[in-house]
Amino acid sequence: MNRRRPSWLSLIVGAAIVAAPALLLAASEPNAPWRLPEEASTYAGRIDGIFNLILWITGIVFFLVEITLLVFLFKYRAKAGGRATYTHGSNRLEVIWTIIPALILVFLAVVSQDSWAYIRNHFPSSGTVIDITAEQFAWNIRYPGPDGKLNTDDDIVTLNQLHFPVDKPALINLHSKDVIHSFFLPEFRIKQDAVPGMTTRVWVQAKHTGNWEIACAELCGLGHYRMKGYLTVDTPEGFQKWLAETAAENKTESK
Amino acid sequence: MSEAVAVAHGHGVHAAPTSFWRKYVFSLDHKVIGIQYMSYSLFMLVIGGLLAMLVRWQLAFPGRPLAFMGKIVPAGMPGGVMLPEFYNSLFTMHATIMIFFAIMPLLIGAFGNYVVPLQIGARDMAFPRLNMMSFWTAVPGAFLIIASFFVEGGAAQSGWTSYAPLSAIQPKGQTLWLLALLVLGISSLLTAVNFITTIINLRAPGMHFFRMPLTVWALFIDAILLLLALPVLSAAMIMLLFDRILHTTFFLPAGLIVSGAAWTNAGGGQPLLWQHLFWFFGHPEVYIMILPAMGIVSDVMAVFARKPIFGYRSMAYAMCGIAGLGWIVWGHHMFQSGMNPYLGTTFMISTMVIAVPSAIKTFNWLGTLWRGQIHFTTPMLNAIAFVAMFAIGGLSGIFMASTPVDIFIHDTYFIVGHIHYVLFGGSLFGAFAGLYFWFPKMFGRKMSETWGKVHFWLSLIFFNGVMFPMHILGMRGMQRRIYDYTQYSHLKGLQPLNIFMSFSAFALGVSQIVLIVNFFWSLKFGERVGNNPWRANTLEWQTTSPPPHENFAEIPIVYHGPYEYSVPGMAEDYLPQTQPASAPLSSH
Repeated sequence: MNRRRPSWLSLIVGAAIVAAPALLLAASEPNAPWRLPEEASTYAGRIDGIFNLILWITGIVFFLVEITLLVFLFKYRAKAGGRATYTHGSNRLEVIWTIIPALILVFLAVVSQDSWAYIRNHFPSSGTVIDITAEQFAWNIRYPGPDGKLNTDDDIVTLNQLHFPVDKPALINLHSKDVIHSFFLPEFRIKQDAVPGMTTRVWVQAKHTGNWEIACAELCGLGHYRMKGYLTVDTPEGFQKWLAETAAENKTESK
Repeated sequence: MSEAVAVAHGHGVHAAPTSFWRKYVFSLDHKVIGIQYMSYSLFMLVIGGLLAMLVRWQLAFPGRPLAFMGKIVPAGMPGGVMLPEFYNSLFTMHATIMIFFAIMPLLIGAFGNYVVPLQIGARDMAFPRLNMMSFWTAVPGAFLIIASFFVEGGAAQSGWTSYAPLSAIQPKGQTLWLLALLVLGISSLLTAVNFITTIINLRAPGMHFFRMPLTVWALFIDAILLLLALPVLSAAMIMLLFDRILHTTFFLPAGLIVSGAAWTNAGGGQPLLWQHLFWFFGHPEVYIMILPAMGIVSDVMAVFARKPIFGYRSMAYAMCGIAGLGWIVWGHHMFQSGMNPYLGTTFMISTMVIAVPSAIKTFNWLGTLWRGQIHFTTPMLNAIAFVAMFAIGGLSGIFMASTPVDIFIHDTYFIVGHIHYVLFGGSLFGAFAGLYFWFPKMFGRKMSETWGKVHFWLSLIFFNGVMFPMHILGMRGMQRRIYDYTQYSHLKGLQPLNIFMSFSAFALGVSQIVLIVNFFWSLKFGERVGNNPWRANTLEWQTTSPPPHENFAEIPIVYHGPYEYSVPGMAEDYLPQTQPASAPLSSH
């Protein structure tokens, strides 16, 4: 059918072609209020990279679907005496729009798997070992003392105050005394449930020194919203100094 | 007609009731039961919506008193200030009521009951008495869930997912929550058995499986999902109930210390077992809620685009695919749970794959509109909104399917945004489409188109005003189920956005008054429109509006599929399934 496309249709399609990348670029603007938080860990960039890749792919699909929908609604609105085209479909088209999403989704799965394995399966062989036991509504944090072993008398313990040094992996063992909690450091892109009866593990390496808040991401009771901890990433020297000070405080309290 | 079908038709026959109780209360008629389910679910929808309003008040103005609420619920909001435990009850009950007591009964109980026998040309459900029992079993479920607000300690507070051990150590309201869902589960199982039997056995002569409307296909697959998924949840809930009251330890590991004291009945159990069992039901449940809406939207779209559904068979196969794959994706809710990370990979791949049939359906709906004659009636507007909003919900699901991305967005508002685009943007717009579409069949009168459109546009605008910013909150790291996010310095700046969302939510709630008024006004004063006002093909439109007792004067004979619109060479642009075609119909 040789129908001349109306000019408004060209305008809508043209505007969409310009608007779609512009909006997606605006979404990627580093200082925009809807951006992901700062990337404070070494692997936050990996997660953000996949997030942005998915955002671009789904963003383009979203605009294509919604613009196609709008164009069809305008173009094929009922007209007096008009009649719809009688067709039950097209196998070729259906095969095409089955295979393309399938390939994109398999590609995303493969890309995601690489980072998932890096973050969750390949634990660094050395680093600062930390034991965290969650309870309603606090984080009990424990470091090995001078003997280098956890759960001995010389352990260094704090409440809600997590420290680890910059540029060195922190190897965190998570436990829970009561219900399920979730250890969440948004800027470090790390989240892991602490489950009673089992130990879960997570590792993280800070890119720079600073202070952040630890949140609980799993509903754990009426005080869930105030189960807040504080993370300080120190220089290696600063961390050793803090550890020594905390050990001394522990000794004073135990006397 | 096969012997089985013939026998089954005889089986469905029952005498017209004469007494008030038999006609309107303990009715065996699927149409009355459908309307009973509709009243039930719309009532619960209002309650669920009001709870959401309170949640949004707290999120807009954390800790600010709401004086009149202090008088209504002094225990939960003393002086009008919401307590954290009451807040936890509110979102738990909002989700529970919306999912189990509003959306499911509306889509399956109301539309399914009303439409399925009519669309397949049956006189009633296969087991009318069982059908009545299904509804009257659901009623005590609603009483139990509402009553839970009034017991000591208040209603359940551990989220609709009720993760153990939290749900095992909660106050009494959690026990009522479990009992309510167990009762409702029985009702749903009875319904599922009835739907499957009815659709297999009571189809009219000529109504082959691939001549069934997609609404029937969707409800058939839905019933199978329900039948297989619900017992797993019921078993898990019985185990949790035992943990709570009989001191078993299915979900409670040894050494639990709660509030500084050893928990007496802890030992040997696994908290993750609850999650596996819950999500084995919980993930298919999302499809249970969206599939009927997909079916309704397909029917509505074909009628108002005056076109056959693009790729009818693949639409049915896609629903089968969604149902099949729905069983092997539950673990994507558990990527951060402590489950073995290698399992995360498996579940990521299956979750990515399940997006494909959803994509097929979306493209086929677009294909249905292509070269159509689109009539922008209220049902059609809602069906179009379904496609537009479901696309957002489907696409945002890909983020959480990706295991590394899920590390960040899991348990944030991004997830809340996603599920609301699927369940409000999807299921509820689908339900609105069905309501406006079948209202003339149910009551013989049409709902006001003008007020229907007002309701549609207000709902669409304010729905997006509430739900779209949820993705932004999630991207900023705002956890879900959080009573006061301003406790966190990195979340304080989100208050203006939360205020905007809350006012959109209040406006969305108020917009539904338009629907309620239109519904009742149209019952009395709506335009009388005859048997087939939309000039539709399916069998329900080939009988009177409302249909008589036992639906059809004679069981109809079906000659072709349900979507033969704009067939070339015909004077009319529709060809009812009961009318033979004068020339062979094309499949392409």
